[in-house]
Amino acid sequence: MSLLSLEKVDKIFGGLRALKEVSFEVPKGAIFGLIGPNGAGKTTLFNVITGVYTPDGGAIRFEGQSIGGEAPAHVAHRGIARTFQNIRLFRAMTVEENVMVAGHHLHQSSVLGAMLRTRAQAEDEARLKKRARELLDVMGLGKHASDVAGSLPYGSQRRLEIARALMLNPKLLLLDEPAAGMNSQEAAELERQIRFLRDEMGLTVVLVEHNMAVVMSVCEAVHVVDHGETIAHGTPEHVKQHPAVLAAYLGKSTEEVA
Amino acid sequence: MALARRFAVAFAIGLVLYGIGAWLQDGLIEYVQRIVLLAGINVILAVGLNLINGTTGQFSIGHAGFMAVGAYGAAFFGVKLAPILQRLLGVAAVADALAFNIALLIGAVLAGIAGLLVGAPSLRLRGDYLAVVTLGFGEIIRISFNNAKFLGAATGYFGDSPAGLPAYTSFFWVYAWAIAIVILIRNLTFSQTGRSLAAIREDEVAAEAMATPTTRLKVLAFSLSAASAGIAGGLFAYMQSGIRPEDFRFDKSIDMIVMIIIGGLGSISGAVVGGIFVAVTLELMRDFQQYRLVLYALLLIIIMLVRPEGLLGSRELGDVIRARLGRAKAPEAAK
Repeated sequence: MSLLSLEKVDKIFGGLRALKEVSFEVPKGAIFGLIGPNGAGKTTLFNVITGVYTPDGGAIRFEGQSIGGEAPAHVAHRGIARTFQNIRLFRAMTVEENVMVAGHHLHQSSVLGAMLRTRAQAEDEARLKKRARELLDVMGLGKHASDVAGSLPYGSQRRLEIARALMLNPKLLLLDEPAAGMNSQEAAELERQIRFLRDEMGLTVVLVEHNMAVVMSVCEAVHVVDHGETIAHGTPEHVKQHPAVLAAYLGKSTEEVA
Repeated sequence: MALARRFAVAFAIGLVLYGIGAWLQDGLIEYVQRIVLLAGINVILAVGLNLINGTTGQFSIGHAGFMAVGAYGAAFFGVKLAPILQRLLGVAAVADALAFNIALLIGAVLAGIAGLLVGAPSLRLRGDYLAVVTLGFGEIIRISFNNAKFLGAATGYFGDSPAGLPAYTSFFWVYAWAIAIVILIRNLTFSQTGRSLAAIREDEVAAEAMATPTTRLKVLAFSLSAASAGIAGGLFAYMQSGIRPEDFRFDKSIDMIVMIIIGGLGSISGAVVGGIFVAVTLELMRDFQQYRLVLYALLLIIIMLVRPEGLLGSRELGDVIRARLGRAKAPEAAK
């Protein structure tokens, strides 16, 4: 059974139809690529899935349950974590604090408990800290735990966003352009880390990415959208040859290609 | 063990406060004593307001209203409660102290509820809109007291005896409450809840994507902040013979904003420093009160130009001292 399925999802902004009947299924345990030219609607798709936008039509199902239109915090609780294209870290907070914020499920004590510093609260805090350190180590940021997040280099900020998303203990991870601004060495390291998340941590990963080397190397299935519509779907090799994809990326009209 | 140690520390602090209080009572002229008490009350106001304006980043400029709710609530219920407790307990001093503190708590709860009622609908708004709404609610609260006959309307509330409200507010109680509130809010700030509040300030969209219940936490912080203002209001009420609606005008809210901006938004120790600073400058400027807002405006402009982050920025006093010590040690390490 697929973990995430979209069925004819529509999203309309005023006169612009940002998504037109987009359908795809992400199998459990997949590394799934979502590509397309700028403005194709990839980030809109992420926003519709995570509840930032309410879809105007169609159905979104996660583990068989409909989640279309749920509030972002609810969707996150269900086990869908994301990163942001334009990096949205809690900049003034430390790297470790950024990750700890997402650890609500490891934290049971009440507000009153926090104010009185009860023993249960101290244990919660220790548990959060330990898990945050583990995840920072996974993403290679262990050394920077007490640095201010806003002071990290760009590539590290992207990896910190992933670490923070992992703290939610998600089943599905949505990565919005994780390799943007990374050099080839960093991108290769990221590929290794994404595979680790799937192989060792059992996550399903959907990534939006412009760096085709990364997409072709890590993704098993790729879905291509342009102008809010699906134009191709299949293995990276298949998609790479697809005339509609070439047309979308190279700017030819489909008639010319045909 | 931890609990026993906490009680020991609390007892030691209480003893020290009691000693200082007794010494102040003989040693200082009444005028200075008043400033010292106001400084403590300001600390409570500033630390409470900082929770919502500094830590959570939701700008309230109507906290004078919550202070008023606490003041009237504590005054009204304290006056009714004291005779009952005196009859029950027999010892007047104990009964008064008990009535006073229960009254403060009642005032805090009422202010917290007022905060909940104001916050729940308005915290969906952001930035300037929220500021305007809180300003409006602050005024509505004040005008309600202005028209409440059973609370003396515009003349003010002076209790049931002709002598006015009893002078319960002492150095000991002001600073006991101030220390307790600073500790409670500090603990909250450095917990998962506090981190989540700061995350809302930093990026609300990301906070929501990380499963943070943003609306609930904002309302909670607002309500706790209002409750602290309520305690300060209660202490303020029993400092004088009575309270009048005009004690809680808009400029009282501005005073609070000035306290936390001077100290540095988001810093608890900054709020403490700012609260004390405002109490002292207000008294120094007593002779030219009408220019107070002008002077504050000038002061704020100077701070914006010279030190936009406030005295402490978002750091705590401990961080600053540690950083200084670290810098002092660094050259030695370099050798």
